[in-house]
Order: sequence, then C-alpha cells, then structure tokens
Amino acid sequence: MSNRVINLLVPVISIILGLIVGAIVMIFSGYDPVTAYIALWNGIFGDAYAIGETIRQISPYILAGLAVAFAFRAGLFNIGVEGQLIVGWFAAAYVGSAFDLPKIIHLPFALIAAALAGALWGLVPGILKAALRVHEVIVTIMMNYIALHVVNALIKTVSGSYKTEKIHETASLRSEFLSNITDYSTLHYGILVALAMVGVMWFLLDKTKTGYELKSVGFNEHASQYAGMNVNRNIVLSMVISGAFAGLAGSMEALGTFGYLANLGGFTGIGFDGIAVALLGANTPLGVIFGASLFGSLKYGAGNMPNEAGVPTEIVSIIIALIIFFVASGYIIRVILNRVNKKKGAK
Amino acid sequence: MEYVIEMLDIRKEFGNFVANDNITLQLKKGEIHALLGENGAGKSTLMNVLFGLYQPEGGEIRVRGEKVAISNPNIANNLGIGMVHQHFMLVENLTVTENIILGNEPKKMGIINIQDAAKKVAEISKLYGLNVDPYAKIADISVGMQQRVEILKTLYRGAEILIFDEPTASLTPQEIDELFIIMKKLIEENKSIILITHKLQEIMDVTDRVTVIRKGQGIGTVITSETNPEELATLMVGRQVIFKTEKGPAFPADEVLHIENLVVEDYRGVSKVKGLNLSVRKGEIVGIAGIDGNGQSELIEAITGLRKVKEGKISINGKDITGKRPREITEIGLGHIPQDRHKHGLVLEFSVGYNAALQSYYHEPYSKKGIMNYKVVSEKAKKIIDTYDVRTQGEHEPARALSGGNQQKLIIGREVERDPDLLIAALPTRGLDVGAIEFIHKRLIEQRDNGKAVLLISFELDEVMNVSDRIAVIYDGQIVDTVNPSETTEQELGLLMAGHQKSEMIVVGDEVVLKEGEDPNVE
Repeated sequence: MSNRVINLLVPVISIILGLIVGAIVMIFSGYDPVTAYIALWNGIFGDAYAIGETIRQISPYILAGLAVAFAFRAGLFNIGVEGQLIVGWFAAAYVGSAFDLPKIIHLPFALIAAALAGALWGLVPGILKAALRVHEVIVTIMMNYIALHVVNALIKTVSGSYKTEKIHETASLRSEFLSNITDYSTLHYGILVALAMVGVMWFLLDKTKTGYELKSVGFNEHASQYAGMNVNRNIVLSMVISGAFAGLAGSMEALGTFGYLANLGGFTGIGFDGIAVALLGANTPLGVIFGASLFGSLKYGAGNMPNEAGVPTEIVSIIIALIIFFVASGYIIRVILNRVNKKKGAK
Repeated sequence: MEYVIEMLDIRKEFGNFVANDNITLQLKKGEIHALLGENGAGKSTLMNVLFGLYQPEGGEIRVRGEKVAISNPNIANNLGIGMVHQHFMLVENLTVTENIILGNEPKKMGIINIQDAAKKVAEISKLYGLNVDPYAKIADISVGMQQRVEILKTLYRGAEILIFDEPTASLTPQEIDELFIIMKKLIEENKSIILITHKLQEIMDVTDRVTVIRKGQGIGTVITSETNPEELATLMVGRQVIFKTEKGPAFPADEVLHIENLVVEDYRGVSKVKGLNLSVRKGEIVGIAGIDGNGQSELIEAITGLRKVKEGKISINGKDITGKRPREITEIGLGHIPQDRHKHGLVLEFSVGYNAALQSYYHEPYSKKGIMNYKVVSEKAKKIIDTYDVRTQGEHEPARALSGGNQQKLIIGREVERDPDLLIAALPTRGLDVGAIEFIHKRLIEQRDNGKAVLLISFELDEVMNVSDRIAVIYDGQIVDTVNPSETTEQELGLLMAGHQKSEMIVVGDEVVLKEGEDPNVE
C-alpha cells in the first residue's frame, strides 16, 4: 500500500469502526442499528432538503474550525472560539437590525461587525499572552463566560426582550435561490462566506510574509526571535485573526439561520466542536472542510434518528461521539496499517 | 589476553537503513579501547546494542567468553557494563550520594540509609583517586567533578566495563588531564574502558587500541602505538583530511565591533558580563576562549540584541547598537551562527528552503508587498545547498531530517550569503565530525580573507588556537587577557581560563605551570 492509499483508507476505516461500535451500543440498548443508520443516512443525504440543511449546518463549523486551526498554526490554543462566536453573533444581529442601509453596504457591514467583535474578543487573550505571558487557554476559557453573560445582558438592554429584533432583509444571508433548489431548506449564502474564508486562510498562511512569520513563531518561538521577528506582535495578530474567523461563524447564525439572537441558556457548542474540527483536519484549511463536513453532517443527520428509527437522542449523541472518537484516533489505525504493510513487505 | 566483551558481526537495521553492518569490536581486559567514527557512523547504535537498548538483527555478544542476550539495560548493568553519558544524568538539587543511589536506594524498613551509602561512595572515591565529596550538592561542583560523580555512579553499581561517551566535550584542558589519570587508575584496578570519541589526539594520548567505523561499517581495529592521527582520520573519513587549518596571515583593518564596559545580567538578574571590553577588526578572527558559563552566552545575546544591556556600549562599524532590536542589528551588518542550532538557528519543522530564508524573507525579492515569492526562496536555497555542500534530498525536505553537520552548513550558508560585516560564530562545530569541522573552519577563514570581522566563541581549545588570529580569554564576565595563538600554549590558556594571571605562571621546560603555592583547582 502506498502512503496515498493509506491516507485515504484511514478516515474511511475510522468511520466504519465508529459505526460498528455504535451499532453494538444500539444492539445492547435494544435498538435496530440498521434502521438507525438508514435514518442517519436519510437525515444527511435523503433528499434535497436534507442536503441543504446539512450544508447549512456545516458553514459555522468550517469557520469555527478555521479559527482554532489558525491559532494552532501560530502555536496558540484558542479555546475561546465559543465566546468569540457568541459576540460575533450578537454584533451581526445588532447591526442587522439597528441600521437601514442598502444590501450592498448592510450585509458586508454586518459581517465585518461580527468579525471585528470576534477579533476584539481574541485580542484580549492575545495581549495578555504577549505582554504578561498569561496562558491563553485560561484567559480564553474565562472570556467564553464573559461573552455568554455580557451578550445576554446586552440583548435585554438593546431590545428590552429575551431576543434581539429580527435583522432586516438587507443584512440577510438568506437566499431564495439556494432555498428553492433544496426544497425550501434554510440553506443560505453563509457556505460561500465560509469557503471564501478557507481560501483566505490558505492564502494568508501559504502565500504571505505574515503567514511565514506566524508559522515560524508557531513552530519555534526562539528561532523566530533570533531571526528578528516580533514574536509578541505575531501572537496578538494570530489571536485577532482567529477571533475574526470565530466571529464570522457567529454571523452565520445571526444573518443566515436564525435572523436574531435569543437569550442563550448555555454555550452553543459550535466553538468547542471547532477544536475537534480543526484537529480532525490537521489544522489545514482543506482539512477543516473535511472535519466540518463530518461534524455538520452527523449533527444534522442524527436529528432524523429519533424520528425515523426511534433511537433516543442520548444514544444518538453517544454514536456521534464514537464516530468522531475513531476518526480522531486515526493515528492508531495508521500504525496498524503500517504494521500490516510491513509484514506483507517482509514476506 | 582474554576479551571481556566481544561484539561479533553485529548487524542493526532500521527499516531499509543499515546502521551497523556486521561490526566487530573486541575489548580486552584492562585496556582502553577507542571507538572512533564520524557523527552518524553508528557508534551510538553499537553502544546501544551493547547496553540492551536495541536488539541486533545479527551477530552475537559475548561477555567474558560467554554468549549473552542483552535485552534491556538492567541486564547490561548486571553484567557489569556501565555508561558515563556525555550529557550528565544528574539531579542538580541533590547531593552526590543522593544522585548515586538514585533508583537503587539502600533501604532499611523503608528508610534510606544515607550515611552508609555516603561512606561507600567515599571509599570508592578514595580508591580511584576521584576526590569527590559525597555530601556536596551537584549544583555547587564543577563540570569535571560532576563527570566524576557519573563515573562513581557506574562504579557504585559494580561496573567492570565502563563506556565513556565523548567525555571531554565540556572539560577544560586541566580537567581532561585529570580525567585521563583517573581512566588509567581505573585500568590499574582491572576495569576495562570503551572510549567513544572523534578527537584524535585523545585517542593517541590515552588508548591502547582503536576500532574505527565509517558509515555503519567496521573499518578495522588498529593498535594505537602503531598509528598516527593522520592515518586515523583517513580511516574514519575515508579520504585525506587536512588538520592544521590552512590560513595565511591576517591583515586587520578598521574596527568593526567595539564593546566598552559591558554589563549584562542573566534572567535571574545576576550580572554575568561584568564590565567587558572587546574589539574585533575587519579581516581578523577573534576567538573567545573560556569555560562554559563565564558570560559567553550573555555576551552574544547582548551583541545580537536578544538580551538587554545593563551598562556599557556596543557599536558595529561606529554605529551604536546598544538597546537596538535584533532585526535592526542584523540590518546594520551582523550575521549570527547561534550556539544551539536546534533551538535558535533553525525552525526544524520548516523545510530547508524556508529555513534558508529565515533572515531575509522580509526583503525583496523573497517577498514583495507582503506576499512571499517561494520560487525565489527555493532558488536561493538551492544555491546555498550547492555552494555549502548541504547534503539533503532537496530544498523541500524538513530541516529536522538533516544531520547536525548539514544543518550547521545550512545556517552558515544562510548567514554568510547575507554578507555581514561581523559574523558571530558560537560553538560552530559542536558535535560535528572532522569533515564538517574542516569545512566550517575554511568558511570562517574565507570570511576573514574577504575583509570581514569574525568573532568565534568556542569551548574547544584546538579550535580557538587553530582558527583565531587573536585569542581573548573570558573569565567571570571579563576579558582577562588577550594572547596571540602562535605565542601561547594550551596550558597557559587553560590556566587563564581558570582565572589565573600570567604573573602567577612560570615556564618549566616546555610546560607552563603555576608558581609554588598556587592551587590549580581554584575555581
């Protein structure tokens, strides 16, 4: 087996293993895995509507994954994507509802507002890390709570109710065209924004001077310093860019899916899943698309399992977790494949 | 005479790579046997096989005539094989005795009996003339003394066969002499020694026989008294090696680097450079000789802008660079070969090409308006690979995959290609083999001949004496003396490095020694 074959085989085998173990769990809890998996399949690819909803779900995952991956490439662990996403969501919802502007200005304005809000939320841990060496993991975790409760308070202050006003049509990512071709799903233009950002991250990292510096600092801070790079500037910059991606992930929900932000009882989870998305995608832009597709599909498609196969949502969560678990442990499968390979070669 | 260890036709493979290709090494009882080879020749692999860390694919090991299977280091220990590592495995905050018994503590009802252990340590120390205080803290004793603790550790565990891995790398000339005396004492007490080294003079001085390996293959075993350094080098490298670095006279011109009353503190706020003065001119190589820890690192970091200057002034070409950022200083005309190439010299995960651009990526044509031009970077990297003989699969290979010598050549190529007026080379040949050392020395001299200033910092006296045009001796954060390499000796330098004044020394025959009443061990 060549390396390329192994690279393709690893995720496939991982998913199959996850499905098998998930099946065992279902058999033991008295549910029929075949019906359940058919329901899962239908939930993801069953019809145009399902596909539309799945893609819609993938968009924020791509952006959250990019946020984590970008910081990671610069040597930073951004756990604060969740908080940055929430402030981005609020910023987009606020700008979307508070202004009356032509679409050509209003929509970009709302998107930029979301990115800036996320960037600001990333700036704080970035500065603390650069200036005082405070570990970014601690600060970003705490910034998540601050974001959650500050935003909830702001919703009440701004709108006087438990949710923000609905955004104006001029700020919306909704698309009649996309909706029509997917049997009236809520699919919106957000996926294009997400894919564009994949391109932006690739360009930034692989084509620009800034990207060269960010990667250098991420790999070896000391050598970068010896080479005269401003390590602290790069730390702040990577947190800001990472935060901007996360903020845009929030705008997907504000301008596309919901059109408003309602009081949040807890975290959305998308930001935290972004960590897994980034790691599954080996922190590369293209890899993030793969990771986000897996997450988005399972998250949305699994919603069909209780309806169609009667599997309770708790079991569904376990099965999703198992599949992701096996994909994430692809390393083990790789080791086994290599060993099998070696034995064959020896014979 | 009987053999205590026989490694016969040892073969060790890693995948398709043969690290040891049927190598034979036979150690006689009571001899000092050198294992000589370039870096990557397979010395460590062979010793790791003997130590039970690797299992050989072929061949057999006999200890005192009996065939043995050494499947882990404990078996090696029980067979009386002990290793004195190059990088000491000591806990700084513990005492000598505590370090020696670590992992093998003599316990009585769960309580360690430190007194008995210390007594035993003292006895062994006395028997072999090691002169180690069992209750001294490791952090408080010199490097040479720490090495003796390592020796004691193996003896305490009953080692009959001692393997010394590059033992002289961090010692002063005096400490090296003392080490050799200890090794001879060990032989008198019926121990046997394998000395891993690539320093030819040491082999000539102290060993009985030499086994040479090259690129994983056993070249043969020769009797030391019947060979000479030139022959050994040829055996090791596979071609003729020029030893005495060839260089013409220096023609120093204008001053490039000027340092005045420099004071630099380390990260704890302790002054490490204490009012240092130094000057390096165009067309000369100034070597800084000194024992590790006398302020060399802080001096380099101050010149390169990586560490704050507390007091004093540094200028390059008449421009004051005190307090400037590293990049500003680089732009004024400084090239720097850092002492730790893995930590400071390279981004190991980056490709060879990316590393080649590490100091120039922000200039045109490598980048333009913030966009990198990796095509130009690759071309530059190819040029460095060719000109500086960097052996690599290509500019896309990660720097991590290169051998130490080739990594160093890459760094030197990168720095020299920028054509700096002042080149700082800190331990540029540490851990490299003679072939690479020869190459690097040539390049430094070439820089000098092109009218550049070179500042060489090294712990190897050979290197400082061979390459420099002037030697500045650093001790306790100051340049205590400046000598001409052709007018000094290793002993004189060694004494200066240990903090003695020239006025304390006298010449007796060919030797420079301290006058009566001066203790050579004063630190």
